[in-house]
Amino acid sequence: MVRLITHNLLACHAKDCNTNNFPLAFKDAQLEIREAEFNPEFLKGFLPKIEWTALVDTARQLGDTSLPLEQPEMLDDEFLKNLHHVLLEIHVEEGSMTCPNCGHVYPISNGIPNMLLAEHEIG
Amino acid sequence: MISTPDLSHLRTADYDQVYEPAEDTFILLDALEEDAEGLKAIKPSVCLEIGSGSGCVTSFIGNILGPSVLYLCTDINPYACKCTRWTGIQNKVDINVVNGSLATPFGFRLVRQIDIIVFNPPYVPTSEEEAFGAQISRDIGGAWAGGSDGMQVTNILLNQIEALLSPSGRFYLVALKQNNVPNIIQTMQEAYRLKGEVVLQRRAGREHLFIIRFVRNLS
Repeated sequence: MVRLITHNLLACHAKDCNTNNFPLAFKDAQLEIREAEFNPEFLKGFLPKIEWTALVDTARQLGDTSLPLEQPEMLDDEFLKNLHHVLLEIHVEEGSMTCPNCGHVYPISNGIPNMLLAEHEIG
Repeated sequence: MISTPDLSHLRTADYDQVYEPAEDTFILLDALEEDAEGLKAIKPSVCLEIGSGSGCVTSFIGNILGPSVLYLCTDINPYACKCTRWTGIQNKVDINVVNGSLATPFGFRLVRQIDIIVFNPPYVPTSEEEAFGAQISRDIGGAWAGGSDGMQVTNILLNQIEALLSPSGRFYLVALKQNNVPNIIQTMQEAYRLKGEVVLQRRAGREHLFIIRFVRNLS
């Protein structure tokens, strides 16, 4: 299950790829929506670690426009519920992720992203 | 008493492809259980297990710390990734699994942001060819073959820990006597000012196992 919370933490780490290597772009993403338990405390605690623009852009590419472009200062229930859905309930089961810098493709199969590199690609 | 995770969904055939929890796993669980209050006290938000195999250890930590932590796991063995995922589901711990090497998929984004790092590495002294081949083939041999001093894979991660660990973070490492535990602790102190301490040790058959816990040296 590549959820957007995990996607927001993954960057390309191929040899010599150190800038503009995030966020990875989903391609041919097959989505599944699975309900998860709402946990506002977790969301509030995790918010500072999120790259907001990357999250909003990625959600929009996957068809979810519920998040505002700017991270709000007031964390009301409606916002947290939308954030919960985007981060934790949208699962990318199949497809791939492409590095915006070097074009390396990381496939996703059965919900597990393959971030392995071949020996010659390791920095 | 925290119960050992339910692994009844895994069969003998699964253990042909993924490391079956054994004494080294159980001493790690015991050390984590002894540290349960301390782990809660640092209010962790991110926990990363490297080489999660069956998924037993992260499921156990999930039982200690509950759902307010993001649980990340990596393993180079794709079958282990599947097992980790199943074990998380079986034990109602929400685990995010990545088929990847060490912490490299998260290295850019989680600089000094991981609160708990756990690694039960391939620590068994073998020939370097065997260790190298096992890592390349990404199969079950990668779970134990550790090169001449059993440190071939561990040493790579030890050089990355300081950059990953949050200010109050803790890193738990399983080691064998032959890995030269005093040398590991001394090297981490000198190179990275990380303070290592043996929190548990045990003889299990031929193996003398150690759990070393590292924290930032704040003095």
